[in-house]
Parts: sequence; structure tokens; C-alpha cells
Amino acid sequence: MKVFNQLIMKDMCKSFGNLHVLKDFNLTINRGEFVTFLGPSGCGKSTALNCISGLLNITSGVIQVDDEVLDNGGKVFVSPEKRGFGIIFQNYALFPHMTVFDNIAFSLSVAHRPKDEIQKKVSEVIRMVHLEGQENKFPSQLSGGQQQRVAIARSVVMEPRLLLLDEPLSNLDTKLRTEMRYELKQIHNQLERASIYVTHDQSEALALSDKIVIMKLGKVQQIGTPKQVFLFPANRFVADFMGYKNIWNAKIIAVEETDGIRKIQVESYGISFVVHSTIGENKIVEEALLGSFQKGTDVLLASRPDDISAGIGQFNNMTAIVEGTEYLGTSMQVTGMVRDGMPIQARIEPETLVAAKGTISLTIPPDKLIVLPKVEEE
Amino acid sequence: MKNRGWSLETAAMVLPAVLFLIVVFIYPFIYALKMSFTIGDEGTVTFANYIRFFQDSVEMKTVWNTLVISVPVTILTIVLAVPIAYYMRNGIRHEKLVTFFLMIPMTLGVVLIAEGMITYFGRNGWLMLILERLGFIHERTGLIHNYWGVVISLFIQSFPMGLTILIGYTRGIHPSLERASRMLGATKSQTFWKVIFPLMMPGILIAFCLNFTSAFSVFTSAIMLGQATSTTRVMAYSAYITAYEYFDYNFSSTICIMMVIIQFILIGIVFALRNKLYKGASSVGKG
Repeated sequence: MKVFNQLIMKDMCKSFGNLHVLKDFNLTINRGEFVTFLGPSGCGKSTALNCISGLLNITSGVIQVDDEVLDNGGKVFVSPEKRGFGIIFQNYALFPHMTVFDNIAFSLSVAHRPKDEIQKKVSEVIRMVHLEGQENKFPSQLSGGQQQRVAIARSVVMEPRLLLLDEPLSNLDTKLRTEMRYELKQIHNQLERASIYVTHDQSEALALSDKIVIMKLGKVQQIGTPKQVFLFPANRFVADFMGYKNIWNAKIIAVEETDGIRKIQVESYGISFVVHSTIGENKIVEEALLGSFQKGTDVLLASRPDDISAGIGQFNNMTAIVEGTEYLGTSMQVTGMVRDGMPIQARIEPETLVAAKGTISLTIPPDKLIVLPKVEEE
Repeated sequence: MKNRGWSLETAAMVLPAVLFLIVVFIYPFIYALKMSFTIGDEGTVTFANYIRFFQDSVEMKTVWNTLVISVPVTILTIVLAVPIAYYMRNGIRHEKLVTFFLMIPMTLGVVLIAEGMITYFGRNGWLMLILERLGFIHERTGLIHNYWGVVISLFIQSFPMGLTILIGYTRGIHPSLERASRMLGATKSQTFWKVIFPLMMPGILIAFCLNFTSAFSVFTSAIMLGQATSTTRVMAYSAYITAYEYFDYNFSSTICIMMVIIQFILIGIVFALRNKLYKGASSVGKG
């Protein structure tokens, strides 16, 4: 199967009757890229994956690799077995009546490849996923991690031009998950093809991806590198998903731009905050707020618990009533209330003494706060 | 299975069931077995009944008749039920209605089906009249009171059960296996033969055994819809008339025991065949 340079999705839509599970999905994936579809359950990420695989046909729009159309929502539809894509399912979907060897050899044997070639290729991938000596076992005799490796080997042996991974790690325990995550990335790098990874776990997405597509209710919310989506979320939903647990309503008081730094003064629940950002760094938010960086604009002010510390700083100081604490080892999670309707979560030094129902002084550095447009996302 | 010891309580709980089985099943079977090895009221053990069975051309013809009816019916049931069960694996439209109509024959009972068939398939039944009127046939022969009458009736009775069993098995196959197979480059037919069919195999065997044993002991249909004295003289009928018309209970027992033996042999052949096929199917591409 010919390797492609680009996988292009244009205005891809998928409906089941009146239920629109995927709306105007636009994305280009380049050869070698590791792309993650990230979102909560029901956001359409698995549907998007199934449309690309050909297990579902799209309602409208186009899916194409380079200039070869795979599905245009109408007459053109390339069936899944002819697309040359490999898929790894969450439940692995190993054939229970076949040995490890036969599972891995499946794609080659249905393609009627010669026996010695099958033997050679299967042995190679078995070494690659460290399953030496397990060839004659049946899937039921393997551990979860080994089954996962068989599933990977089975897809990789056919040298797919695109590897689709549908929450492949969610059935594994935490330790194994981190190990397999690393190995998956290694395999992706060895293949030098493209991979699409579906997950609801933001840490997996950040660790693995070249590009993250964040989705909600069938609509793409933001596409960007892990750093872009982590540091500069496009809207409230993305911010919340990326760990900005404190999102408050605010109003712009003043904007001042000097030496490439934009200083925004905002007021939230009667408290004055100062936000510093580099001009041109956060294009998405700047575009959304273009022309409205002015006095009186309603915005959202967001911060991460990790960026808040106990004590009094130069800017952005508040006093919160402590409602609960959780000792997390490397930090202490404090849940509290700054004002009515202004809850706060902070992760502070674990040794800080915090009295329950007492008060605590908290501070946020100006460059750790972000301003988001206040629009109702669909 | 760590604790294999039997406690008194366990024994006490199992006892009624064991007694019941002994009284209604094991004792009658052993009694029949004993009778089949004796003649008249004499107690001496003899193979005479069995020798007579194998030397009697009528009985040999009866065995043949029974097999010629039951084996094709069972195979036909399986061959038709497998693709339908496969088609219905993910549910179909109006499934409850379809299932209801499929299940009707199971609830009607053999006699009612036979009577319905007599009015429909008979020489003066609708089917023959319509075919004659349309010019397809010149002489109305009827599909009953011969081999076909029995076969059709048995099929109507056994198909719903075979299908029900197989639907259960196809639904037990996780849909992701089929998707995985397609994504690995297998066509629909390769997916069916390499993934679905082998996983349906246990269900096919169970359906085969149940349908075969019920078809093999056919009695009512053979009398009502066949020619029980000649072409559809089956073993159950033979055992019946030997016992209640010739009052030869010993030879009748022999016929019954032979029925059991023949059923076991056939089921044994099917299992052996499966083992051979199964191995062949799963070792594709092995060096």
C-alpha cells in the first residue's frame, strides 16, 4: 500500500438520523504525525476515527489521502479492508480461537502471502513488541499487557499507512499504561507513518502527540500542538479540560502594551487582577478578542491550581476560606472559597499549615493567569 | 477446585435429584438394556436379538430410512440457520415479530403441523391446485404420504430451535472481532469463514446434536405424513409396532438400544470431523 503524504478531512459530517455526532470536521494529517483526538465521552472522537477507518461511512464532506478520495459521503466509498489502515481497539479484539502467531499473521494470510514471508515478518514484529516465546499461546492465556502487544503487532505487521488507536491503553493499570505509552510512541517513530490516537486522558494526549484535536459534542474546539493547547486554550471548555480548574467571570479594566508585553487589568468579584502575556503568542484568543481588549468587556479569567501559591506576592493576592485539603505527597490540594460564587483550587507546598475552615492567603503570578473570550460555546 | 471433599449437607442436597434420575432414567435404561439381551421371559443373556436385528433386511432398511430422513433434515436446518443467524447477529427490523413467527412451529405441536400440511401439501391441497391451475404440473401428486412430507414437517419443527441456538452463539461473538478482521484486510467472506464460522462452531455442534437426535427419533410425522409401513418406516415406529403389535418387548428394546448406538456413532463422526476442520482452519500460515 502506497504511503501517503497527507490525510485530508474536509467538512466531514456524520449523523445517525437526527443525531449529528460529527459536525464540519476539518483536519489535515501529515506523514509521520502523531495526532490525538481528545475529548470526553460522547464528543465524537471515536466516530471520527471510525469514519476514517471506513467502519462508518460519512454523511457529507470528504476524506482523502493525497488525491485519492476514500469517502465523499456519496458514491465514492473505499471499504475498510482496502484502505490499508491498521486499528487497535480498546478491548484489543484478538481472535480467541487463534494463537498469538495466527492472530498476528492474519492480515498476511488473508492476503495470501507466501508462508516463509509470513514467518519472517511475524517473527520480526514479535521481537519488536517483545512477545518472543508466546507464539503458540491463545489470547486467553495472556495478561492484559501481552494481549495489548499482540493487538499492536497484529496491526503493525501489515505495515499500515495509518495506524488508528481507539483508547488502546484504558484497560491497563497505571504503571503499564505509562510503559506502553512510551512503546507506542517508539513504534510510531519506527513506522514513519501517521497515527491517530483517541483518548479522554489529557496526559496521554500531551505525552504522545504532535497535534491534538480537542472535541466536544461533535465539534472541534481547538487544534494545536500539546504546548499550544496546554498553555493557550481557545475557550472555556479546552481550558477546563487542560486543567484550568479556576475559571472566573471578569471584566477588563485597562489594557496597556509595552515592549511586546500586554498588561491587562481585570476585575473579578471585586478583586483586581493583573495579567501579563507576550503579544502574538496566543493567536487564537487574541483573534477571538481582537478589538475587544477594551474597558468593560466581559471575559473569563483562568488559572491552574499548580500555579497558585500560598503567601502574598506583588500582584493578584486573595484570601480564601478553606473548605478542604488533600495531601498529595508533592503538593497539597486546597479547595476553598474566595467570594460567594468564586471557588478556588490551589496546589500549594505540602508542608504548609492549613487550618480547616480557616483562611489562607493565596497569590497568582501575572504571567500564569489567562484571559479567555466569554462566549457560549456550542 | 480446591475442596473436592463431599460434605454430608452436599450429599443430602444432591440425593433427591440422584434418586429421581435413578428411578425415571437410569433404571428403565438398564432394564431395557437387559431386556435387549434376553428372549421372552428367559433370563439367559444372548446376542440373538442383535444378530436378528442385523440379519433382518426390513430392520436394516428401517435404519437406512431413518438416517435418510434425519441427516438431510439436520444438515438443511444448519445450512439455512447459520447464514440467517449471522444476518440477525446485530438485530434486525421488526425482530420481535420475526422471532414470533419463527417460534410458532415450536409451540404448535407435531400433530397440528401435520394436519395443516395435509390440507396444504396434500393431493387436493392448495399448493397442488394452484400449481396445476398455473400449468406447472399436469398431475397432482401431493407432497405428503411420502418421504418429502416427513422431511418438510421435521424441518418446520427443527428449524426454529436450530436458529435460536445459533443466534445465541453469533450474538456472543464481540462485534469488534468482525471490525478488526475487516481492518486487517479480510473481505466479508474471509471474515465469515476465518473468524465468525469457527467461533460459531460450538453452537453449530450443539444445534446439530439436538436437531439430529430429535429428527432421528421421528415418530408422529412418519406416521401422519409418510408411509410408515414402507418408505418412511423409521426406527421409532419399528420399535413401537414390535412392542405393541407383535408384543416382542425384547426385540423392541434391541431396536431402541440400536437407536441410541447409531445416534452416538453419528455424533461421534461429526465431532471427529470438526476437530479435523478446526485444526486446519486455525493453522493457516504456520511454518
